[in-house]
Amino acid sequence: MRRAVPLRICLIMGIVMIIQFFIPHRYSQDFYTKVLDWNIIIGIFALVLGIQSLFHSEWTKVRRRRSGWGFSVVTIVAVIVVAAIGIWGGIGEGSVFIKIYRNLTMSMQATMFALLGFYMASAAFRAFRARTKEATVLLIAAIIVMFGRVPVGDLVWHKLPDFVEWILMYPSMAVQRGILLGVALGSAATSLKILLGIERGWLGGSK
Amino acid sequence: MIFIFALWCSIKSPDGVRAYDTPNDAGKSINIEWKLAADDSLLVGYEVFRATNNDTFQYVGNVVSGNRSFKDTKVEDGLAYRYKIRSKTTNEYSDFSLPSAQVVSAPQWYHKGKTITLIGLLLFSSLILGAIVYARKGKHLFIRRIAGLDELDEAVGRATEMGKPLLYVPGLSGMTDIATIASVNILSQVARKTAEYSTPIIVPNRDPIVMTVTQEVVKEAYLEKGRPEGYNADNVFFLTDSQFAYAAGVCGIMMRDKPATNLFIGMFYAESLLLAETGNMTGAIQIAGTDAVTQLPFFITACDYTIMGEELYAASAYISKEPLLLGSIKGQDYSKLIVLFFILVGSIFGLMGNRVIISLFNI
Amino acid sequence: MWNKILGLDRRWIFLLTAVCIILPFILPMGLPMQVSPPVQNLYDKIDAIPPNGPALVLDFNCDASTLPELGPMAIAILQQCFKKNIKVILMGLSMPGVGIAQAMLEEVKVKFPDKQNGIDYVLMPYVVGFGIVVLRMGEDIHKTFETDYYGTPLDSLPMMQGIHNYDQIALVVCLTGSVTPWIAFANTRYGQEIGLGVTAVMAPEAYPYLQTNQVVGMIGGLKGAAEYETLLNKNLGFEGRKTACIGMDSQSIVHIVMILFIILGNIAYFATKKRVSNT
Repeated sequence: MRRAVPLRICLIMGIVMIIQFFIPHRYSQDFYTKVLDWNIIIGIFALVLGIQSLFHSEWTKVRRRRSGWGFSVVTIVAVIVVAAIGIWGGIGEGSVFIKIYRNLTMSMQATMFALLGFYMASAAFRAFRARTKEATVLLIAAIIVMFGRVPVGDLVWHKLPDFVEWILMYPSMAVQRGILLGVALGSAATSLKILLGIERGWLGGSK
Repeated sequence: MIFIFALWCSIKSPDGVRAYDTPNDAGKSINIEWKLAADDSLLVGYEVFRATNNDTFQYVGNVVSGNRSFKDTKVEDGLAYRYKIRSKTTNEYSDFSLPSAQVVSAPQWYHKGKTITLIGLLLFSSLILGAIVYARKGKHLFIRRIAGLDELDEAVGRATEMGKPLLYVPGLSGMTDIATIASVNILSQVARKTAEYSTPIIVPNRDPIVMTVTQEVVKEAYLEKGRPEGYNADNVFFLTDSQFAYAAGVCGIMMRDKPATNLFIGMFYAESLLLAETGNMTGAIQIAGTDAVTQLPFFITACDYTIMGEELYAASAYISKEPLLLGSIKGQDYSKLIVLFFILVGSIFGLMGNRVIISLFNI
Repeated sequence: MWNKILGLDRRWIFLLTAVCIILPFILPMGLPMQVSPPVQNLYDKIDAIPPNGPALVLDFNCDASTLPELGPMAIAILQQCFKKNIKVILMGLSMPGVGIAQAMLEEVKVKFPDKQNGIDYVLMPYVVGFGIVVLRMGEDIHKTFETDYYGTPLDSLPMMQGIHNYDQIALVVCLTGSVTPWIAFANTRYGQEIGLGVTAVMAPEAYPYLQTNQVVGMIGGLKGAAEYETLLNKNLGFEGRKTACIGMDSQSIVHIVMILFIILGNIAYFATKKRVSNT
């Protein structure tokens, strides 16, 4: 019974949404908008659960003095302080909240993204080995693209950027499309399995 | 007389005005089309005027030059309308065109443009259901080896031997993404193994809805294996919904708790290499699985095994060996054959200059 | 020795990468830039928009993390529009996007102090819905947003008087580091022309849309931004610090260093492999 109800809701809603896709009538569109609104509403309530979960797990780390518990203190304090500033100080232009966002959040996010450059260098050094014929082709293609994507490549051979553009437009795209075709069919099959109740992992088990 | 008129009116009025109910829509919309004026390049644009029955024509909107259609979305269904167009330059207007025939807007109950999608949907579903029925009869179905999934057991075993936790990252997308659903299905299988071996499993989440699902899935897995006391709710938690803050949080977990096994399964974006490379630094065995084509190269470079594209969706069938799930994969393969057939035939026809097959798929 | 190279501490690689990134910021090299067709196409498309004619929508579907790559693109496009008197609607499909749009606008406005809010540009507020926002804009922009970012009703803004839906929009340029709903909803459903500005890591994913003409042009990563800056400099005579071009100097050196590392790693790999097989 505990599984049967969600499975039936899933089946009915799935079939209704498939039918809705083929009906352009305004009743159908209104229904679709309502479903999307519900999605947003559920998301907001789930966020409350998420914040509660965050506090609970971080507080447990502090209480048990687990390794790195100091970071948990920073997390808890940051969430409370920034939320309080936003609620009482407002989030409009010129507010402290916006200043925190622009000067702390933006900088920290950009720093994390920038780390990618360093990690790419170390990963390329470690993993790009001409171990097999296929790996050698991959390695050569990678070096050509890396050269061709920077101005130096143009200085080495003026047609290199065009050649790189060709690699991206044709061989690379052909592979991507092959993978995407499988992904599209796979996701459709997974959806169908979920609607029919064959796939039940998302409910916590197969029985 | 005509010559004098032409001199007086330097820009010509548009002609061939045709109005029709917008097809396949929710109603309250009429499309108006006209022929581009010969002096279109000299124009700023066209103005559209509308009238109901015997009322006078009133301005409803404008489009810039080069456009020969306008969609009027401020109409009522069931009322008859007529339209007139005039062109304009920066300082003058042409005469009005002849009015269009009367047109009535109405909503439609079926989107004719989606017929090919409907046929595809029915065909695809029939093939999958057929293959499932075939599998139910107990026929043997072959499924090729997927190295990344074969190693899942090994990966959980390694964490158990080392007495360290297993980290499971269910991707950064929400439950509306099929990759996340596939990830949750795999988590269900992995959690059963960790429950069996009494290995702690850590699941940080980016989406609160995904968090509630993963909590339920892990809890159920422990219950199913008869070890409800082994489930720790604090280990399946929400971290943050900010992409790079989440990446930083997960990297922190990897550096502090040093999990023996990292599983990155689901939808990933630019943070994929940050996660995989940090895991590599800690010496963990890493298995990644994603359908994000752009992130696959990063995972292949930094992880021990990578489950690619559709392999992700086949995972729960592959691990559980359930005939019904395996049957659906067969159905998927047959569908792929049909798609490949159309691509091949369409390409050959297209190369010969015949677009019959290609036009079938114009949605 | 080869074993030592193979086991090189990655912190040395990080250090060398950092030096290679920082150096060109102190000593710019000004490497020549060849413009690729997708960038040229986008530039030409914007260039062809008649002054004070249909508007350009610039969507910031991004957050701060992608700003180093997408920021120079936004500045270059805004400068081009203001210089050519093209009306601009700035918006953000993602919540942080609106704040970023405003910051970019303020930066460009320093060079164009005569440009006025509501006449030359409009900044839209954040509206929840992502793809739904794109769909609703196709029906009525005034109903989708109602007011601008500063709370002024759209109906009272002179620039928005003649702009109601995509019929009055010449081009939508979406700056993004992830997915974009513009192609599926605005292009497929309304035939709206779309241009993209994407991070380098996401650029390969956008190429299929260029091939099918669903996207008219694209700026890919910092390289694309540098190419765009070069075009602005050449055609519209923009002077001053070119952020993306300087960034490309760094990227050029880092790419060369990475290629050298890969070659070195392979030599060490084969040298140690040979030694093992000999013993």
